[in-house]
Amino acid sequence: MHVVILGNGIAGATAAVEVRKRQKAWRITLISGESDLFYSRPALMYLYMGHMRLGDLHPYERRFWDDLRIERVRAWVEHIDTRERRLRLDRGEAMPYDLLLLATGAQPNRFGWPGQDLQRVQGLYSLQDVETLERATPVVRHAVLVGGGLIGIELAEMLHSRGIHVTMLARESAYWNNALPDQEAQMIGRLVRERGIDLRLGTQLAEITDDGRGGAAGVVTRDGERIACQLVGLTAGVTPNVAVARDAGIPCSRGVVVDASLRTAIDGVFAAGDCAEIAGPDGGRVEQLWYTGKAQGEVAAATMCGERARYERGVWFNSAKFLDLEWHTYGQVTPAVGQRPAGERHGWWQHPSARHGLRVVTRDGVVVGMNAMGLRHRHRVWERWIAERRDAGYVLDHLREANFDAELSRRWEPQMRASLKEQLA
Amino acid sequence: MNEMAVTRPLAPAASGRTRPGRVAGAVLMAVGVVLLGAAAVGRLPASGWTAFALVFGTFGVGAIAHIVATYVGTPPGIQNDGVQFNGAQTRGFAGWLLGLAFTTFYCLLYWKGELLGGMVALVEPLSRMLRGAPADHWFLYGFVYTYAIVFMGVRFAYRYRHVRYQLVRTASVVFFQLGFAFLIPAFLRLMQQPEFYFTYFWPLKYDYLFPGTIADLTKSGASLGVFMVTWGVVAAFVATPILTYYFGKRWYCSWVCGCGGLAETAGDPFRHLSSKKLSAWKFERWSIHLVLVAIVLCTALLWTNSALGGDVLGRFSQGYASVYGFVVGAALSGVVGVGFYPLLGSRVWCRFFCPQAAILGLFQRFFSRFRITTNGGQCISCGNCSTYCEMGIDVRAYAQRGANVVRASCVGCGICAAVCPRGVLKLENGPTHGDRFEHSGKPLKALLESLRARS
Repeated sequence: MHVVILGNGIAGATAAVEVRKRQKAWRITLISGESDLFYSRPALMYLYMGHMRLGDLHPYERRFWDDLRIERVRAWVEHIDTRERRLRLDRGEAMPYDLLLLATGAQPNRFGWPGQDLQRVQGLYSLQDVETLERATPVVRHAVLVGGGLIGIELAEMLHSRGIHVTMLARESAYWNNALPDQEAQMIGRLVRERGIDLRLGTQLAEITDDGRGGAAGVVTRDGERIACQLVGLTAGVTPNVAVARDAGIPCSRGVVVDASLRTAIDGVFAAGDCAEIAGPDGGRVEQLWYTGKAQGEVAAATMCGERARYERGVWFNSAKFLDLEWHTYGQVTPAVGQRPAGERHGWWQHPSARHGLRVVTRDGVVVGMNAMGLRHRHRVWERWIAERRDAGYVLDHLREANFDAELSRRWEPQMRASLKEQLA
Repeated sequence: MNEMAVTRPLAPAASGRTRPGRVAGAVLMAVGVVLLGAAAVGRLPASGWTAFALVFGTFGVGAIAHIVATYVGTPPGIQNDGVQFNGAQTRGFAGWLLGLAFTTFYCLLYWKGELLGGMVALVEPLSRMLRGAPADHWFLYGFVYTYAIVFMGVRFAYRYRHVRYQLVRTASVVFFQLGFAFLIPAFLRLMQQPEFYFTYFWPLKYDYLFPGTIADLTKSGASLGVFMVTWGVVAAFVATPILTYYFGKRWYCSWVCGCGGLAETAGDPFRHLSSKKLSAWKFERWSIHLVLVAIVLCTALLWTNSALGGDVLGRFSQGYASVYGFVVGAALSGVVGVGFYPLLGSRVWCRFFCPQAAILGLFQRFFSRFRITTNGGQCISCGNCSTYCEMGIDVRAYAQRGANVVRASCVGCGICAAVCPRGVLKLENGPTHGDRFEHSGKPLKALLESLRARS
């Protein structure tokens, strides 16, 4: 049996290891046009900022892959023949497979803006993106970023670390407030501005202008404002890489469509990670996080090995670091006040320094979610509380258990408890 | 693809790095080094306190200016921008030059002390004041060592000022170095007493349990000497296991010890240079335990010889002790241990050779409540923790599978937790040591059973 995996990101690499755990004799091939070895995609920013070298981004040494007999091929796949079960690589070479996993990842959104294909217009997703950015950096004094989400702030921090002035255009009325409630969004927005990053809210891109030599010279906003710059960062989300799958006749919608076991409609072909769209009664879900990619890689491997596995995400969680502000979230938090279901109540405590905040959300008295800003909280504890449907009183009385800040850190549990109990009573 | 472009920057680092204060600071430090060189060869046109102030004052003012210009006004948070682009920190030309300078200083110190006469003269007035005695090259060394810990401690504290654990810990290492490893020994000397270091014990300060040292200290029943010997025995055999059980080896290695103190402060710019390879771990487990065996054997030989009245083992045990002193006490702890900071990272001595760390590590691995816990599924495998671990532990390997980090070598510096961008790591003294080995909830029972199974 020959398992071929397209893409050595977190989903593909995890699947390769998980297949090997189950099948000692199968042949496993991991194909990537991007990099020789699996690396941590969320760490790309640290490569550019000089915190780490490329080798430091590899979670496993080369010999790990050799020991597991996972073959690695550095190539892009040009065509998939699902009937003959054969791939054609960019070098013209053919590669037969028995089982194929598509873990082709995603790419930055380009919404058809005029000038979006000029030089020095780019997103931040791949190793090649960092390389392109590095090449552009010597001539960049000012950069404009389009889209104010997680990647936007990462790219802003990166450029800022090299002394490049950054303007961020965000469609929303507060930083990333389609994902964060107003208080958290404002906390981050204030920090971004304190850092000298020019955050323009309620602003959208109309076009990118040409410098006459095929490179970006500036942007024009929908309000007609012109901002001169040498680099435009496209950070308005990512879209699944489906081209090679679609050409092969594998059904795709937003992503490569799979069922809960991560099988596509074509026999012997599976999909996982950023490129996959999991069909469900409420429409398809595309999940593009590190841990969802890891979990999907595990499920895809189990399915390929003939097990009855289903991808179930469990209690939602996520984390990020906005400049120096850390964020942990567990469970459901409806950001916009107007969209909150009846019975959803929010309690928000904020430290006077505006560097720490805690939000606890209840529905009909039961704790369903939280946001922690500038505080570290334990995943397993919150997961348990949410699964056990604890009430706010219990959770607030046991807040200490959830704290994961470094020893000797300042603690504010009494203040949080008093404030949040009053709001959630 | 060409991977050079992503590993080497084509553009200058942030503008903050070229502030005038940094340049002025660097110039002053360079002037300080030149003045030190002039003093070393006896060409400094000053003497006494003036010379002392000129050399160490100029360098110190430069260092403070550099630290202030680099960090003051920057937002609190991780300050690792450009670390991998800095030649001095990445085994570039400047790094090798620094390594050469450090190793040369240590070679002179251990084997050609008389060549340091010019520098020793600089600290003469300080020695007279503190110790009531003329300076020698060991006093010079103690002074430079303490000076480095104080100034680089200020730098470290400023870099990690948003983490209280780091501030308290840095205050602790500076306090123990300045007080217990510099001022108290000097004061003892002033009082005509033995220069005793209360923060170093056997087997790191191996001669404290040598029969000759004990005889010297307790000569003519000096009560202070008896206290010193008792202190050394209690610290080595009673306090060490108890404190390590409750807090892990960090209570000593990154809070009290002078070697650790220098690594945590002066060594901080080089912490990421420690090797994370599996081969380094394999080497470490052999080397550190071999040194421990060597010093236990050495001590045992000396005592046997002393019990036998020096008849049988006389020459042999003394010779063995002096070879140990040369290889471990001088070459490995000094020349390699500190001299190689810019080449192999800041904990070469502590990780590969220190017998004290070996003992503390064995306790930490099997009988301690200390561990680094990881936070569920939040790890993104970025590698900051492993990169900045000065002991070369692949912290990420544990974090990405949600496992506790229980390792003999971890000194509990807490930097992995500080640099983690997702709040995944936390140093903790847990309620049990159940994550040590199978059945470690009942270690004695486990031990007996394993013995029974083997016999």
